[in-house]
Amino acid sequence: MCEASVSQTAFCSGGRGAAMRFRAKIVDLACLNHFSRLINTIAKLAKTCILRLTVCKLYFILSDKVANGGASMWCELSQGNFFDEFQMEGVAAEHNEIYLELVPENLSRALKTSQSAKAVKIKLTNKHCPCLRVAVELEHPLFSLKPSLSSSSRIVTHDIPVGVIPRRMWNDFREPSVPDFDVSIYLPVLKTMKNVVERMKNLSNFIVIEANLSGEMNLKIETDLVSVTTHFKDLGNPPWASEDGCQSSAQGRDLESMTEACIDIKKLQQLLAAQQVNPTKALCNIVHKRIVHFILLHEEVSLQYFIPAIA
Amino acid sequence: LSRIGDELYLEPTESGLSLRAVNSSRSGFASFLFAPLFFQQYEPGSAGPEAELFRCKVHMKSFLSIFRSLPSLEKSVGKCLILLKPHASRLVLQLHCKYGVTKTHNLAFQECERLQAVFDAQSCASHLCAPARVLAEAVVHFPPTLAEVTLGTGPGGKISLRNYVEEEAGESCRVRGPLPTLGCHPSPPPIPFSLPEPSKTMVTELWLAEDEFQSVAVAPGSHITFCLKEFRGLLSFAEASNLPLTIHFDDPGRPVIFSLNDTVLEVHLVLATLSDLQSNCQSPSTNGVSHLPAPSDDFADDLESYMAAMETSEGGSQRPPSPTFSLRAPRPAESKPHEEEEEEEEEGAVPGTPPHKKFRSLFFGSVMTPGRPGLATTQEVLAEDSEGEN
Repeated sequence: MCEASVSQTAFCSGGRGAAMRFRAKIVDLACLNHFSRLINTIAKLAKTCILRLTVCKLYFILSDKVANGGASMWCELSQGNFFDEFQMEGVAAEHNEIYLELVPENLSRALKTSQSAKAVKIKLTNKHCPCLRVAVELEHPLFSLKPSLSSSSRIVTHDIPVGVIPRRMWNDFREPSVPDFDVSIYLPVLKTMKNVVERMKNLSNFIVIEANLSGEMNLKIETDLVSVTTHFKDLGNPPWASEDGCQSSAQGRDLESMTEACIDIKKLQQLLAAQQVNPTKALCNIVHKRIVHFILLHEEVSLQYFIPAIA
Repeated sequence: LSRIGDELYLEPTESGLSLRAVNSSRSGFASFLFAPLFFQQYEPGSAGPEAELFRCKVHMKSFLSIFRSLPSLEKSVGKCLILLKPHASRLVLQLHCKYGVTKTHNLAFQECERLQAVFDAQSCASHLCAPARVLAEAVVHFPPTLAEVTLGTGPGGKISLRNYVEEEAGESCRVRGPLPTLGCHPSPPPIPFSLPEPSKTMVTELWLAEDEFQSVAVAPGSHITFCLKEFRGLLSFAEASNLPLTIHFDDPGRPVIFSLNDTVLEVHLVLATLSDLQSNCQSPSTNGVSHLPAPSDDFADDLESYMAAMETSEGGSQRPPSPTFSLRAPRPAESKPHEEEEEEEEEGAVPGTPPHKKFRSLFFGSVMTPGRPGLATTQEVLAEDSEGEN
């Protein structure tokens, strides 16, 4: 099903989603800034995405449609780490979740002036059409000069139109499974990697990421005129327990042999540029010539990004 | 002035030097009048009994390039001489700098007719005056690229600012008519707007309380929609010069006049406003809300009930065919915010006619100079649409 029809269906059925409720509040400034930064990252990765709300978690999902160039994203966070108040009621008791389609850039803009806000309230409303109403309560700009003002707050409301995804489509947005990768490796310092990729982007549309189980990674581009390779060493390989609980079966494999995938350089650059803060952990899993799976962990947020290999 | 137009009109008068600009669609006009006292020396020139004082226009960019870097100008320039030499066809700007250096710029000018939009601030039904800072900090919440903003009044004397979202009508080509001006310029064809995609457009709204203003005298339920981009220029000037800004407005379609005043400077920005000629006639059941109800005074604690009021106030049983935020004529102040039903759709609606909106141009006919009360004349539309609705 193409993106366009999802939107249309969502808008028409939005009216019947009257049972759904969502309201949340952030009061802590650090949490608010953290949340803003996350939304800014999501906005740089997706023009439109799905926001999935459950009782405990929020998910930002971008599914691998052709429109996205095949890249997909799964971002997950625990609401308790950000919100001081969080209440939701899904479409039905046994399906206590809400799926909304929205433009994250709108949310990013709504939160832009909230750096020193007293509180931010988010609520799902359905006046003319489903919206996320973001109400930012700021200290009144003149309050320090004019304490006699009737109100010490300035409230700015932003109504962000959303599309409600009907339950029958929820299957389109399931969590992608970790692929059966050939190599898993920690990424180099993202800032360095970003600088390298940005310069390579000027020379080529595609980049080859190759890595082995000895902590070595190469980024390669090759054109008619020039080929450039940047080598990274001693990156380390994350230990993944295999299904039977034993150490990875890669033990018997040649640790030096490189696994590679050729991907769209713009997608990689976009991912690296979107990170506003250095993640706590950053790694990627490569399936030889198939897909590269990035996992970026910030304090309380996990972001997975899949870039398929170009045939 | 450069935010408004590409040409700078210079008009020396007995009451000072007037600098003016008008935008290409002639729907925005600004004038800065510097009194003689502003200058160290001011000679408007001699006008004979038959002749008028000479006036001209120059390219804005050429003029601005002389004053390109303010910090370095402040450090090095002692005096600036502006000299209009009609017979030499040159506007001379001479910067007397440190160390005996004199920089002389000769700008070519074009003679021109008097540029004067017709407006009368005193005859406007509503006035607001606020420190520039209040408005500047309100406007910052709107994206820099936002074209139009709606200023409205709500219950409890509150003033709202809201980004304007075009309806999904699509049939009508919305235009902004030109402001009336003196002289015989042929009116340029009105410029149609490009419609933003309404279903994806975020609506931002904020409320200002009466006590944030220095003075408030507004007709209840009034609202106007004007170009924010052109207003921002004046707002930064007002903020920089720390002057309070006065806004005079009337019905939708009548121009909005922004003024700044101090002892040696009088500034006016006149912008055309959007007129609602008819209600949206797609179907009587289309959404009938123009404003979110104003939050009660106790903002912080009452946000919950305010937001609850949002949810319950839509009483219509029929679903709107498309998700839009339409600009409706607002309720009179007496009616409760909750009762926003669709009956207002019928007001002034002509069944069967397609929705049609345009910026009404000003009345013309009276000759006006800023600062003097003018004559009120009947409204006349200068920019007619091709369908000949009128």
